[in-house]
Order: sequence, then structure tokens, then C-alpha cells
Amino acid sequence: MEPVLDVHQLTMNFGGLRALDSVDLDVRPKEIVALIGPNGAGKTTFFNCITGIYEPTGGDVFAARPGGARKARLNGLKPNQVTEKGLARTFQNIRLFPNMTALENVMIGRHCRTSSGIVGAIFRGPRTRREERETVARSHELLEKVDLAEYVNELASNLPYGAQRRLEIARALATEPFLLLLDEPAAGMNPQETLELDELITRIRDEEGISILLIEHDMKLVMSLSDRIFVMDYGRKIAEGSPEQIRVNPEVIKAYLGEEAV
Amino acid sequence: MEYFLELFLGGLTRGSIYALIALGYTMVYGIIQLINFAHGEIYMIGAFTALIVANVLTLNGMQGIAVLVIAAVAALVWSSAYGYTVEKIAYKPLRDAPRLSPLISAIGMSIFLQNYVLLAQTSDFVSFPSLIPDFAFMDPVAHIMSSAELVIVATTVVVMILLNLLIKYTRMGKAMRATAQDKTMAVLSGVNVNRVISTTFVIGSALAAVGGVLIASHIGQINFFIGFIAGIKAFTAAVLGGIGSIPGAALGGLVLGLTESFATGYVSSDYEDVFAFVLLVLILIFRPAGILGRSTTQKV
Repeated sequence: MEPVLDVHQLTMNFGGLRALDSVDLDVRPKEIVALIGPNGAGKTTFFNCITGIYEPTGGDVFAARPGGARKARLNGLKPNQVTEKGLARTFQNIRLFPNMTALENVMIGRHCRTSSGIVGAIFRGPRTRREERETVARSHELLEKVDLAEYVNELASNLPYGAQRRLEIARALATEPFLLLLDEPAAGMNPQETLELDELITRIRDEEGISILLIEHDMKLVMSLSDRIFVMDYGRKIAEGSPEQIRVNPEVIKAYLGEEAV
Repeated sequence: MEYFLELFLGGLTRGSIYALIALGYTMVYGIIQLINFAHGEIYMIGAFTALIVANVLTLNGMQGIAVLVIAAVAALVWSSAYGYTVEKIAYKPLRDAPRLSPLISAIGMSIFLQNYVLLAQTSDFVSFPSLIPDFAFMDPVAHIMSSAELVIVATTVVVMILLNLLIKYTRMGKAMRATAQDKTMAVLSGVNVNRVISTTFVIGSALAAVGGVLIASHIGQINFFIGFIAGIKAFTAAVLGGIGSIPGAALGGLVLGLTESFATGYVSSDYEDVFAFVLLVLILIFRPAGILGRSTTQKV
């Protein structure tokens, strides 16, 4: 099947430092793919290159909505244009809009799928009002999906930690992505919350029919969740394969535990 | 008592104008942490535009409130265009530069616009027609509050309410708040931040233009330099209230206007500006973040 994300020879230099060195990666429709590797391996840089925060030094990033339009090249697009194409992401540290309610946070995610501007806001024609009603309804629906219905009108900064994480996912989903990029979604979660996250991510994949690419250090979560795993070290891809293959891959063990362990 | 009331209402009027201009400073600061020193000039350009349009209309035999409305709308549109363009030319290319650079280019823009109007118009004070008519129903209280003052205060209140609704409830308002809180995340959520910033400049400029038309018509004369004084005062008001806070700008404007009015009335008009800035110094000593501003801890 045509991949939804196709990365060719992605390279990123920061001055003399090569943070990414010719990385190839692909994600297929409705697939959960994990990107793992020791700290400083270039995983977050990889995300930043794909989502338009950095412009890669070399290589290509292609993406296509499954069954939709032809492949689009993402290099050089601005982050909001990448989001418009259908890629959404979350961050390692929580990046909610703290002084807005949970509902408003999700509604911001709808921003790129709606269009009424200042003029519409002043005259409030039927189109503006319908669009607003739809935005509110869809946002409520998403909050319910991530089990946040009880926090709808709560300020984002007042939510418990696990709920803030799920709110970020809801906001990302609001942009109608076909690929969700999660940067360490389980960071700082307790085992119970991690378990719920595992269930939530699987449910999102099944119900929304989207693909998920995640960076994660919690190996238990990675192994149970992923269809395929890519491993990076020092900016290079050192392995790819199913969880079973990765578990026994000597390169991977070396990268994590050092030479002597092998 | 009557004298007190007169001073109070005078201060309210003055404060309304400061608040209208201060909103532009505070909105822009809230979104891109830039003190837009060219903002006072936008206000001045608004007043000049209104003057030209009003003169043309009057020469063609138009009269009454229609002249005010058309002149004000023209000023609003023209000033917004200036605000939009200034942002694109002077600030957007410096978006990722150190914070001092756009500040310098703001001062440059301010000087440029002043001198441009000086060349294109005149260095003298020109008289501005009093476009706000005297309402008959205001006659009994005219010795305390003029019709012009009433119009200024009422317009400001309406504009503030509209602005508040816009920011609280509309799609663009949400995008503005999101951009102010976390620009990167706003972009990643699909918000076109450049458009949000442009809109902020346009709204701020429009408010300044409204202030410019109203006060020029009240005071009766303008020149190319009025933007500087008004800009500094409004900036003071914004800092007083807590820069970045919209209710703060309104409150700061009122506090400043009332202080000046009472100081002029009870002490001496020679010290008008002294009192304004003494107030600023006091607030900065005891509440550095402004009256409504929240002090932010710098994260390292």
C-alpha cells in the first residue's frame, strides 16, 4: 500500500553537526510506528524537520492522505501548511494554551479547517454561525473521545497531568490529520496512565483510521503498541523491523547498553 | 462639586483616548512582545486623513454627522493600511532577530512617518473642524460635559465591548490568544500566525485612528507631531495597566487621564506631564508588572 509518510535520505546539519544523516522512514495507512533511540539520537529533530519547524538540509519528505490527493512534498512548507496537509503533532513537554479552556484549546485545532474571518465575526451571517456550531460540536466529540468530557470548561492549566496529555492529543486530532506524530506521549506518566494511553492510541488508530508515528522511551509501551519500530543513534537509522526483530537486534542492544553488553 | 465633576468628565474623555491608543500598544506587545513606537504616528495619520476627507466633503457642501462618519471610516481604513504595511516592512523581516532590532526599526518608522507627514502636509498646526455636532439634549449639562466628550466616552465604551467580544468568542480572537500564549504551538495547530499578527496590527491601527479623529475634532488642531506625545502617554497608560493586558490598557488609560485632569485642575496645568510620569514611576516601583499585569517568572 502507498505509504502516508515517505521520508527519503533526510539530512539536517546544524553548523558542523550532522543531527540527521540520510534517514529513510515510511509510515503506511493505519499503522503505528515507533521511533526509538538513545537521548540525542535525533528523534525530535526528525519530527521538527517533518513538521516544518526546521528546514532540512537535504532529502525529501512526502506525504499523502490515504485514498486522497497525490503525494505532496513537505520540505520548505511552513508548520501551519504542514498541519493543513494533514500532519499533527504533540511535544515532549506539554504545550497547551494554559489560559484557555479545554474546549477552546481543541477549537484552536479546528482553526485551519474553518474559514470565517473578522468580517464574518462582526456580521455573524448564517455561514459563520453554522461553522461555529459545527466547530463546537466536533470539539465536544473529540473531548469525549479522549475522556475529557468532564473538563470541557476547565482552564487547561488546571487539568491533571494525564488529562493535559490527552487534551494535546485531542487538539492535534481536531486538525483532521491522517498522521499523528506523538513526541514522548507517556513521559512522566504513571503505569496506570501509560496503560490508558496505550489503549487510547490504539482506539484512535482504529476509530479515526489514522496512522501514528511516536517517539517513546517506555519500551513496554513501544513493544505492545507498535506495528513497526525504527531505531536511531547519532543521527542515523540503525535498524527497522517488527518489535520481535528489534528486541534481538545486536545493533540496537549495542546502542542502548554499550559495546560490552553484546 | 461641579468643578470636580467637570474635571472628572474631562479626565474620563482624556483617559478614553489614551485607552484607545494604548490598546494598540498592548495588543501588539501581547502577541509579538514588541513596543510598536510607530503606533502614535498611525494615530496622527488617522487625524490627518480625517481632516483631508472632511475638508473635501465640506467643500462639496456636505454637513452634519455624515461628514464625521465618512471621515472616521476613511481614517480607519487608511490608518489600518498603514499599520499593516509598517508591520510588513519594518517588523516581519525581523521576527526572529534579537528583540532590540525591531525596537530600533520601530523608532525609525516613527521618525520616518513624522517627517513624511511634515513634508507632505505642513509643519504648522492646522485647524481641525469640530465634526461632532452639539446635541440639543446635552444643553442642560453642557457646562460640565460637552457633546464631543460624550461621543468620545461612548465610542470608547462601545469599541471596548466589541473588542472584548471579538477576542473572547470569535475564531480570530481565539487564534490571537493562542498566538500570544504559544506562537509555535499555534502554528502547529494550523493557525496562520502571520495573518493573526497582521490582523492585530490592523485592529490596533483602526482603534488609534478612531482616537485620532475624535480627539482632533475635540481639540480643534493637529500637526505632524501630535502622535509622539499621544503615543508616549498611551504607552504610559499601557504600562500602568500592565502591558499585554487589554483590560489593563483601558484601566491604565482612565487612571492616567483622571490623574492628569485632577492634577491640572487642582494643582497647576504646568505640571500635567510631571504628574503622569510620577504616577508611572510609582506604579513601576510598587507594581512593576502594572495594575492588572501578571508578573511572569522567567524560565531558564
